[in-house]
Amino acid sequence: MNPVPPPGYMQSLIADDPFWLTAVKVLVIFVLLMLITLFMIWFERRVVGRMQQRPGPNWNGPFGLLQSLADGLKLAFKEDIRPVLADKAVFFIAPVLSVVPAFVAWSVIPLGPEVSIFGEQTALQLTDLPVGVLVVLACSSIGVYGIVLAGWASGSPYPLLGSLRSAAQVISYELALGLSIIAVVLYAGSLSTADIVAAQSTGWYVWLLPVSFVIFAVSMVGETNRAPFDLPEAESELVGGFHTEYSSLKFALFFLAEYVNMVTLSAVATTLFLGGWMAPWPLSLIPGVNEGWWPLLWFFGKTLAFLFVYVWLRGTLPRQRYDQFMSLGWKLLIPVSLVWLMLVATLRVLRSELTTGQILLVGGIALVVLVGAALLIPDQAPPEEDKEPQVITDYPVPPLDLAVPTTPKRRRRAVSAGRAEEKDSETVGAGTSAEGDR
Amino acid sequence: MNALLAAAPVTGGGEMSTGESVAFWILGPVALAGGLGMIFSRNAVHSALWLVMTMLSLGVLYMVQQAPFLGFTQIIVYTGAIMMLFVFVLMMVGRDASDSVVEVLRGQRLAAAVLGVGLGGLAVAAVAETLTAVGPVGLGPSYGPEARGNVQALGTSIFRDYLLPFELTSALLITAAVGAMVYTFAGQARRKQASQRERVTERLRGPLSGYGSRSGPGVFATADSVATPALLPDGSVAPASLSRIIEATRRERLDADIADVQSDSGPAGEVDARALRGGDGDGHGAGSTHDRLSEGEHEGEGAR
Repeated sequence: MNPVPPPGYMQSLIADDPFWLTAVKVLVIFVLLMLITLFMIWFERRVVGRMQQRPGPNWNGPFGLLQSLADGLKLAFKEDIRPVLADKAVFFIAPVLSVVPAFVAWSVIPLGPEVSIFGEQTALQLTDLPVGVLVVLACSSIGVYGIVLAGWASGSPYPLLGSLRSAAQVISYELALGLSIIAVVLYAGSLSTADIVAAQSTGWYVWLLPVSFVIFAVSMVGETNRAPFDLPEAESELVGGFHTEYSSLKFALFFLAEYVNMVTLSAVATTLFLGGWMAPWPLSLIPGVNEGWWPLLWFFGKTLAFLFVYVWLRGTLPRQRYDQFMSLGWKLLIPVSLVWLMLVATLRVLRSELTTGQILLVGGIALVVLVGAALLIPDQAPPEEDKEPQVITDYPVPPLDLAVPTTPKRRRRAVSAGRAEEKDSETVGAGTSAEGDR
Repeated sequence: MNALLAAAPVTGGGEMSTGESVAFWILGPVALAGGLGMIFSRNAVHSALWLVMTMLSLGVLYMVQQAPFLGFTQIIVYTGAIMMLFVFVLMMVGRDASDSVVEVLRGQRLAAAVLGVGLGGLAVAAVAETLTAVGPVGLGPSYGPEARGNVQALGTSIFRDYLLPFELTSALLITAAVGAMVYTFAGQARRKQASQRERVTERLRGPLSGYGSRSGPGVFATADSVATPALLPDGSVAPASLSRIIEATRRERLDADIADVQSDSGPAGEVDARALRGGDGDGHGAGSTHDRLSEGEHEGEGAR
C-alpha cells in the first residue's frame, strides 16, 4: 500500500496546475458525466427490465446502448411548450438551476491519486478545497431551487404540489445527510475530500461508522428524489410532479440533473464511506494497485455499485406515503444520527484521555446499566386482536359470512358417484371446481 | 455595508490582489442589484429570488476573501435552508400573492424613507469608523499550513474561546423553535390521531356508511348514482341510501313513487326495481320539476 500523503498534500499538488490542465479536467468531468448519464439511463432500463422479466431496450446499438442517445436526440427536437400562466423568467431559470449545481459538485470528488498528465504531476481531482464536503452540501441545497421554482413557475396545481413536497423533503433530508457526514469529519479530522480518502487507508468508514453510512445512504435516496422517495414527481398522484409542464430541452435538463445528482451522491458516498479510489480488501494487498490510473477503476466500480442499488430500490420498493416519509426523516433518521454523533464524539474524547481497558470498563458498566433499565420498563400491553372491521350497515349487501349451502344427503351421494365416473373418464384438472363444494 | 466590508483588505493588511478586485467589482454590483431587485419587485417569490442572488454573491465574496468555510456555510444555511423556508411559505400563500400598492397608513412611505436613510447613514458611519479606526490584522498565524486552515481556527474560536456565548445563542434559537412548535400544537397534542384502521372502521360504520362509492359485487342495482335510491330485498327503498343533500332523492317525493309502484304491482316481493322513477316520473313530472326549481332558487337566495 502506498504511503499516506499528509493532509493538505493534494491541495498543494492541485494548486500549481497550469490553466490548460484545469480546463482539460473540467472538460473531461463534463463529458464523463454526460456519458455516465446516457449509460445510467440505459443501465436502469435494462436492470429494471431484467427484474421485471423483460429484456429492456436492446435494439439500438450493441445491447441497446445507444437507446438513451436516441431518446435524448428526440427530446431535443421536440416542441418547447411554455404554459400561458407560467412565469417566463423563472420557468427558464429553474432547469438551469437544477442542472448546474449537480455538475459543480463533481469538482471536489477525488477520482484518483497522484498521476502524471503530459509530464505534469497532479491529482485526479479538479480542485481540493479545505471545505470540500461542504461544497457537495451547498450544491445540493442550490439544486433544490431548480425543482421548487420549476413547480412554482409552471403556474398549475400539480407542479406546485410537487415542488412543495420537494422543498419539505429536501430540507428534512439534508439535515440527516449533514449529520451523518459530521461523524466522518470527526474521524478524518478534515473537511477536504482528498484528506478523507487518505484517512481511510487503514480502514473504510463504512466499518467504523456503520450507522452514519446507513443514514447517509437512506437520505441520499431522499435527497435525489428517487424511488421509493420520489414524491415530488409521483406520477400516480401528481401527473409528473414538478416537471409536468416542461418539455423538450428543459425537461431534458431536469432528467440530466436527476441522473447526475444520483451519480454525484453515489460518488460522495464512495468517497466518504467506501474509501474513495482505494482498492477493496483482497485487491489492496497487491502492490501498486492504488497507484497511477488503476484507482479510477475501483472508484467507478464502487460508484456503479451504489447506482445499481438505486435501480434495485426502484425496481423493488413501492413509493412511500408522504407522511410516513416525513416521519422517517424527522422521527427516525435525525434523532438516531444525533445520538450516534454524541456516541462518536464521546468515544473520540475518551480515546484521547483513557486507555482502551478503561473505555471497555466504562462501556461495560454503561451497557449493564442500560440493560437493567430496559428490564425495569413494564411490558407492553398485548396488542388488540387484529380482526377485520365488521361491516354493519343498512345498505343491501350480501352477508359477509356467505357460505355455500350444503347439498342434501341423498343428492350428495348421487353427485359424488357421478363425479367418480367423471374422474375416470376425464383428464387432469376437472377436480379443481369440485374442491370448493366439499 | 457589505461592499465596504468586502473592500477592506484582509490578507495581512496589504493591497488587494487583481483577482480579488475583479471578483469584488463583479460580485459587488450583482449583490447590490439583488438587494434592489428584492425591494422593487412586486412578486414575493421574485423578491426572494433576488435575495438569494445577493446571498450567493456574498458567499462567493467570502470565499474569495480566504474564508471558504464561511462562504459555503452562507450558501448552505442562508440560501439552502432559510430562503428555502421563505420560498416554501410564499408558495403556501399562493402563486399570485403580490404586494398591494395601496398605502394603508397615511404618511407611512415618507416616514419609512426618512428613517431608512437615517438608518443607512448610521450604518455607513459606524462601518466607516470601524474601518478607519481599526487596522485589518489579516488572518494571522491562525491560518496557514500549521493551523490547517480556517476551519480548525474557527472551531477553536467557537468551541474553546467563545463557547459560552455560542451555547447561549443556540439555547436562544432552540427556545424560539420549541416555543413556536408549542404554540402550533397547543390544544391538539393530546388528541390521538386516528389510525388507518380506525378511519376505515369509521367509514364503514359512521354516518357516511350509507353512501358508498359503488355497489359491490353481489348487490343488485340498476344504477350507481347516489341519486338512485337502493332497494331492499322486498322492493322498498332503503332509507339509509337516501341523501338529505341530494335533491333528486327527496324522501317525500319518493314516497309518492313508492306508493305508485306498490299499487301497480300486486303483493310485495314482485316489485320490479326499474319501476321506481326517482322523482322524475311522468305522473308527477311537471309538479316535481317545478317544485325543485323553486326550491333551488329559494336555497340559492338563502345561501347568498
